[in-house]
Amino acid sequence: MSLPPFAIGPAPLALEPLVSAIAADSDGVDGAVVTFFGLVRNHNQGRRVRYLEYEAYEPLALKAFGRIDDEVRTRWPGMRLALHHRTGRLEIGEASVAIVTASPHRGDAFAACRYVIERVKQIVPVWKREYFDGGDVWIEGATADPEDAAARAEAERIACA
Amino acid sequence: MRVTVRLFARLRDIAGAAEMPREIPPGSTIRTVWTQLAGEFPGMAQYERSMSSALNADYARMDVEVHEGDEIAFLPPVSGG
Repeated sequence: MSLPPFAIGPAPLALEPLVSAIAADSDGVDGAVVTFFGLVRNHNQGRRVRYLEYEAYEPLALKAFGRIDDEVRTRWPGMRLALHHRTGRLEIGEASVAIVTASPHRGDAFAACRYVIERVKQIVPVWKREYFDGGDVWIEGATADPEDAAARAEAERIACA
Repeated sequence: MRVTVRLFARLRDIAGAAEMPREIPPGSTIRTVWTQLAGEFPGMAQYERSMSSALNADYARMDVEVHEGDEIAFLPPVSGG
C-alpha cells in the first residue's frame, strides 16, 4: 500500500516514498514532479539552535492540508499534491515538512509547491518551540485564518513571482 | 453545560494544561469560553487579537455558539514548516 498523500505525526519524513506514491497514479500525464524538504536549521535570529519541538492540533492540521489541496486544485487544475509534516523533537538537519507536487508542466509544479509551503506557514495549526543555547522560545508566526483572502493572495503572489 | 477546552503551544504553557473541562452557561459562544479563561489566566489576554479559535476541530469565529460536549480550541499564531 502506498503512503497517504496527507499525514502529520512523529515518523521521520522521506521524499522518495512520497514521490513514488504520487507517481503511482499519474497515468503518464505528468511532465514534472517538484519536491520540497523543510529542514531544521542550526541558527535562527542570531541564536544557535540546538533542536526544535513541533506540536500540532492534528485533526485540524489534516483538514487544513485538505483545504490547501482544494486551493491548489482550484488554482492549478490537474495538480496533484502530497504533504507530510512531522511532530515531536527534531534534531538539526532533520526534515520537518515534505511537499511533492506533480503536474504536466514544470512551471505549475514549482509554483504550486511554493504556494503550499507558504499556506502551511499561514494556516496549519503547528507550532515549533526552539531550544537554543541559553533558553527556549515558542515561535509565533501568522494568525491562522483560512478565510483571510489577503493572506491567500500573498501566498499566490510569492508562488508565482 | 460542559465543554472541553484544548490549548496549544504557549497558551498551553500559560494554563499549565493541554486540555481542561469547563462549565459554561447555555447559549455561550466561543468568546464566552475565552473570556472565562482569560480571566482565570491573565497571561492569555495578550493573545486576544492574535489567536485563532476552533470548534470540534474546525476553525470557527468567536461568535459561534457552543453546545454540550463540544471541543473548543484556542490557537496562538502558528509556526509550522
